[in-house]
Amino acid sequence: MIRYLVNRLMTMVLTLVAISVLVFAIIQLPPGDYLTSYIAEIQAQGEQVTADKIQFLREEYGLDKPLWEQYLVWVTGLVHGDLGYSFEYSQPVADVVGERMPLTLLLNAATVIFVYLVSFPIGIYSATHQYSWTDHGLSFLGFLGLATPNFLLALILLYFANVWFGTSIGGLMAPEFIDAPWSLAKVGSVLAHLWVPVVVIGTAGTAGMIRRLRANLLDELHRQYVTTARAKGLSERRILFKYPLRMALNPFIADLGSILPQIVSGSVIISAVMSLPTTGPMLLSSLRSQDMYLAGSFLMFLAVLTVVGMFISDLLLAALDPRIRLGLKAAR
Amino acid sequence: MSQIPHFISTEPFDADATVAVGSTVSERYAEASQARLIWWRFLRHRVAVVSLAFLAVSYAAILVVEFLSPYELNSRHTDFIFAPPQAVHLFHEGSFVGPFVYPLDYTLDMETLRRTYEEDRTRPLPIRFFCSGEPYSFWGLGEADTHLVCPPEGGTLFLLGTDRLGRDMLSRIVYGARISLTIGLVGVTLSFIIGITIGGLAGYFGGWVDAAVQRVTEVLRSIPELPLWLALSAALPLTWSPLLVYFGITLILALLDWPGLARAVRSKLFALREEDFVTAAEMLGASPRRIIFRHLLPNFMSHLIASASLSIPTMILAETALSFLGLGLRPPITSWGVLLSEAQNIEAVALYPWLLLPMLPVVLVVLAFSFVGDGLRDAVDPYQH
Repeated sequence: MIRYLVNRLMTMVLTLVAISVLVFAIIQLPPGDYLTSYIAEIQAQGEQVTADKIQFLREEYGLDKPLWEQYLVWVTGLVHGDLGYSFEYSQPVADVVGERMPLTLLLNAATVIFVYLVSFPIGIYSATHQYSWTDHGLSFLGFLGLATPNFLLALILLYFANVWFGTSIGGLMAPEFIDAPWSLAKVGSVLAHLWVPVVVIGTAGTAGMIRRLRANLLDELHRQYVTTARAKGLSERRILFKYPLRMALNPFIADLGSILPQIVSGSVIISAVMSLPTTGPMLLSSLRSQDMYLAGSFLMFLAVLTVVGMFISDLLLAALDPRIRLGLKAAR
Repeated sequence: MSQIPHFISTEPFDADATVAVGSTVSERYAEASQARLIWWRFLRHRVAVVSLAFLAVSYAAILVVEFLSPYELNSRHTDFIFAPPQAVHLFHEGSFVGPFVYPLDYTLDMETLRRTYEEDRTRPLPIRFFCSGEPYSFWGLGEADTHLVCPPEGGTLFLLGTDRLGRDMLSRIVYGARISLTIGLVGVTLSFIIGITIGGLAGYFGGWVDAAVQRVTEVLRSIPELPLWLALSAALPLTWSPLLVYFGITLILALLDWPGLARAVRSKLFALREEDFVTAAEMLGASPRRIIFRHLLPNFMSHLIASASLSIPTMILAETALSFLGLGLRPPITSWGVLLSEAQNIEAVALYPWLLLPMLPVVLVVLAFSFVGDGLRDAVDPYQH
């Protein structure tokens, strides 16, 4: 187990290093360095840029050094929690971001929990009641959920909330709490607002998860040991929970690796549509204004979130399945 | 009810004839090529066949959008800004007229400064078919002005309403199909080429090439796609022409799509390269290139096509999302995502819900592609039957 853990940890670190190189490459993609465009922008507004400020920024980023050295400066900064300096806001990125990152984390974690809570019972029901009307209905809903892009779903929800209730369901808390310090009332307000984006982001993932759980469980339910168990007179409930469900659970957890990137992607676009105070809208605006250090740290944050989530899912899987712990090939 | 008399055929029974019929059927089956067998199996999947027909019609339609749409892509009607969809009627005051619309009049609400449109119920204006309307240049071949439907004389025909510049939504959706439907095909073709080449190299050579490719695909798969797409397309220079941006976006979509295909190619190659026919080809001095493309690829090409057809809808959705967020295609290029970006804020959606209509073709096309992909995947799987 410890060997597996160390192995897996090494892979995660290497993946993160590779991603950081990629993100840094993206930061460097737009032509010219940021300082030149920043200075040009300020001068276009008729203001003077002091030589001191230019010098400060140049040193902050080491823009006069070779690329690999700039990369090292950026990465060591990241590791120390120094996310860089936003040119657009003229503030350190860490100050601009504020409570957006914890809220992003909360939104994504809530969505993952939602996906599991909903797809688990529905998947089992669909598999045990195969070809019933409910099963067909749920399958159709699932197809629709997979085909409807989630931002369109958000728009439709916004529209009907406006038509039926006359209210806006955007945002992640009631307006009076936005700049208020954290309190119980604020937590309550966040929870009351959270469910709409969670449902919208989670729909596609839930639909996919139900389909996979149903297929896996159906494979198991048609095995001979199930027939044997039934012939011996075990109750249906016991037959289901004793083995088939446990076997079908394996891919269920392994799939976290594939739905997590999907959920993080979804949260970005939904946050933009519903103007949630998460990293999504800010990532968009920073990309639009090519404030690349801000955008880069958001990108890195989202990637870290995904990779760490996948790491946790692999640990869970190893705890569940001895074949993986012992380095054998897992049957998927 | 009277009893139906029991039917007995008086024709002489020829046992050989039935055998002959059965053998022609099985002969037909035995002689059919692999492609034909796949096609027969595909035909059994009803929904997939209907979806395929729908897609075929859609793709045929994008060849002649100028003819199909009642208006031009950019023709403005400043008197009809944000006009609601006009209903098509058949009966005027109880008598049959044929398809017609009522003309629209608007009054300006001085408090909210909004235009409210009303139908003038006294004048039915019959819609014209196969008529001459706005002139257009057809694929640069020549000028024409024939349309399938035209607005009635002295009236308008906004079946799906108009946008903030008074442009007809229906025409814009029809024109948008040209971009939205092709971007998936072009993107999948690109990712197909990249995926086969890289997966082929990894699967054939194995060793460190394979290890490197494996790591790269793992890294690419563990990054959330949308933010990366956004970042890459934000990095496209603003000075590029719309056509270059179109190809840039397709390239970006393809760059993140190939890992799945490469993995499929790799695992299939691993299974196949131990086969005797590969050793035989090697002995005869065939180059790796020849072995991969001549001997190995045809073995699982149909699988690859099936899985590629499942990634077309992903690409269409991705383009729609990017353009919707304003980081994908830009006007004057018109795709469904670009049209939807007009419906970004809740005010617009609440006041002018018909701006959301471009989402309908998006959902339909994506559903159809998913069904066709599912049907193809089932059809090419020889172990299922």
